[in-house]
Amino acid sequence: MKNDEEIFEILKAKFGDSIIELNAKSPFEKVIVIAPLKIKEVSYFLRDDSELDFCSLVLLSGVDDANGEKVELEEGFKGIQGGTLSVYYHLESINQKQKATLKVSTSRENPEVESVSDVWRNADWHEREAFDMYGIKFLNHPDLRRILMPEDWEAGYPLRKDYRNPEFYQGMKVPY
Amino acid sequence: MALKTEEMVLNMGPQHPSTHGVLRLELELEGELVLNVRPHLGYLHRCFEKHCEAMTYPQVIPYVDRLDYLAAMSNELTYAITCEKLMNIQVPERVEYIRVIMVELQRIASHLVALGTFGLDIGAFTPFLYCFIDREKILSLFELTCGARMLYNYIWIGGLSHDLHPDFIRLAKEFVQYFKPHVAELNNLLSYNKIFIERTANVGVLPLEAAINYNITGPSLRGSGIKWDLRKNDPYSIYDKFDFDIPVGKGTFGQVGDCWDRYFVRVVEMEQSLRIIEQALEQIPEGDVTSALPKRVKPPEGTVYARTENPKGELGFFIVSNGSLNPYRVKVKPPSFVNLTVLGELCKGCFISDVIAILGSIDIVMGEVDR
Amino acid sequence: MGLLDKEFSDGNIVITKTDDLLNWARLSSLWQVGFGLACCAIEMMATSASHYDFDRFGVIPRNSPRQADVIIISGTVTLKMAQRIKRLYEQMPDPKYVISMGSCSNCGGPYWDHGYHVLKGIDRVIPVDVYVPGCPPRPEALLEGLLKLQEKIRNESTVKKSA
Repeated sequence: MKNDEEIFEILKAKFGDSIIELNAKSPFEKVIVIAPLKIKEVSYFLRDDSELDFCSLVLLSGVDDANGEKVELEEGFKGIQGGTLSVYYHLESINQKQKATLKVSTSRENPEVESVSDVWRNADWHEREAFDMYGIKFLNHPDLRRILMPEDWEAGYPLRKDYRNPEFYQGMKVPY
Repeated sequence: MALKTEEMVLNMGPQHPSTHGVLRLELELEGELVLNVRPHLGYLHRCFEKHCEAMTYPQVIPYVDRLDYLAAMSNELTYAITCEKLMNIQVPERVEYIRVIMVELQRIASHLVALGTFGLDIGAFTPFLYCFIDREKILSLFELTCGARMLYNYIWIGGLSHDLHPDFIRLAKEFVQYFKPHVAELNNLLSYNKIFIERTANVGVLPLEAAINYNITGPSLRGSGIKWDLRKNDPYSIYDKFDFDIPVGKGTFGQVGDCWDRYFVRVVEMEQSLRIIEQALEQIPEGDVTSALPKRVKPPEGTVYARTENPKGELGFFIVSNGSLNPYRVKVKPPSFVNLTVLGELCKGCFISDVIAILGSIDIVMGEVDR
Repeated sequence: MGLLDKEFSDGNIVITKTDDLLNWARLSSLWQVGFGLACCAIEMMATSASHYDFDRFGVIPRNSPRQADVIIISGTVTLKMAQRIKRLYEQMPDPKYVISMGSCSNCGGPYWDHGYHVLKGIDRVIPVDVYVPGCPPRPEALLEGLLKLQEKIRNESTVKKSA
């Protein structure tokens, strides 16, 4: 069983600059921040290395950091420009009894993250959901479509903080 | 002369009696043989995560109930544990005991629905009626406690909404005695039924390696033969105080990890839950259940992930807090959603009728898949 | 109308109105579309299972809408689902009835404000005969909703236009 610092040191020794920092801001879990286009390589290593052996991806969640600049797009409505969207990966090793949390941050205007669906098969749907809700594009994903919302939904990505609901969808009134 | 054959695409659902809700499956068929399954989700997407961001922490609990509506108590417990971890609250011992009793009763109720409808899907109508009689008894215990049959809002952050009814302990003990022989009855009715075994043994075999890579959890994982239960492997609440076993699939009538194994793990789990309830009812201490309820739920900044063993599998909440009264982001780790990802893999090369058996044996709840 | 054997006063002749006979036949065998949406569907299942026994009112779940008389909208209707429900409703033969079960299908329920993907009331898509309140309604409430529907059918007329 390894703690977060040890896992971070192993990754840092192996991947160098791709591993950005060990974020200990949260008192409950330490987060290893990784460059968004390197996450697949790191994930393969995390899964296949016998010391680390992270055999399953527990959860993949997108988060809108909303740390950009608030701009008034139309009257009374504020949009967000710039800033980042993040993806958190919670990993677990059944044999080594250890856990780890990874994080990647990508730009809000062109959010691109390498897909890990080859590494852990259940990441496929989790990534589709993150795409559906935040518009994060997962590169080399086999089938990146909306999963929960209708495929012809045009109003944007609902869990972004500056999302606005449409008045009508297919002739049905949406607001109460 | 060879007959001309053609692949056919068959649409199953969203209105279909055995998809357990509004799931739509697109089956690519060659005759009766299934070549490929493409599930389509989202017909019950109720925007849970958006609601969390607009509500205060305690206001989220009723919405949490409606995730896995067959196991509302278990969902509340998970959410409460996550928030308590975030705020560093120690709950009184009596609360822990009541929570465990409720959650284990809920596990039995949820498994009863799973087993009953599984039989129904496969064509056995009678076990369904028997299961629902017993489930009603559990629901009346819940009703006695908090007034609601399905969606309770009973387990709060830092405690419970109120104490048990004075009659509860006696009635719960009566229920345990009443229900014990019923598991054997269910076995005679369904588990060892020849037709049922023919339909489920050796069907939809899930190898352990694939199950772990897909992060399958709960009875579906244990059916593949690994003792992985968060109550033992990552204990929360007071589960380390109780004596119980973790059933695993043994391949009694076929290969390890087939539909029958997944089914039977649930049957044995009900017996084990009864054991836990019995012990908890004996040991439950006196005390106040509302003493640790915080006046205002305003956790510090940070991210937290906590999880428990739900009837369906590992349910977890990932909460990002920015120090305000509302959660900044709540992400659910829904066991049904993850367990459903393996469906395509399991159904390749089986018959159409087996798709029903496999889907029933995974036991999904659409409220949790779509959220 | 009472039991049929009480109507035989003289031989096997029954004197009644066509409306009454048709309505009696309709209301005593309301076959529902076996179709569940969300939480309320579990209560609907509990209603048709052993303890509450929907069967005694002649309600049997039919899996095809083409053989059904009543559809119980049991749960949250999302925008993605609404068009499918409309199609189910259109496939049902006349006379057809709709019971809206639970707050969600009545008006959006707890999802009325922030539910970007929830239809706020099934009556925006199809006409509703009986609304059953509750989240979820108890089986008894659903039974009462059904009795209300039977009452409505009892007063219908095939020749006179109903208001």
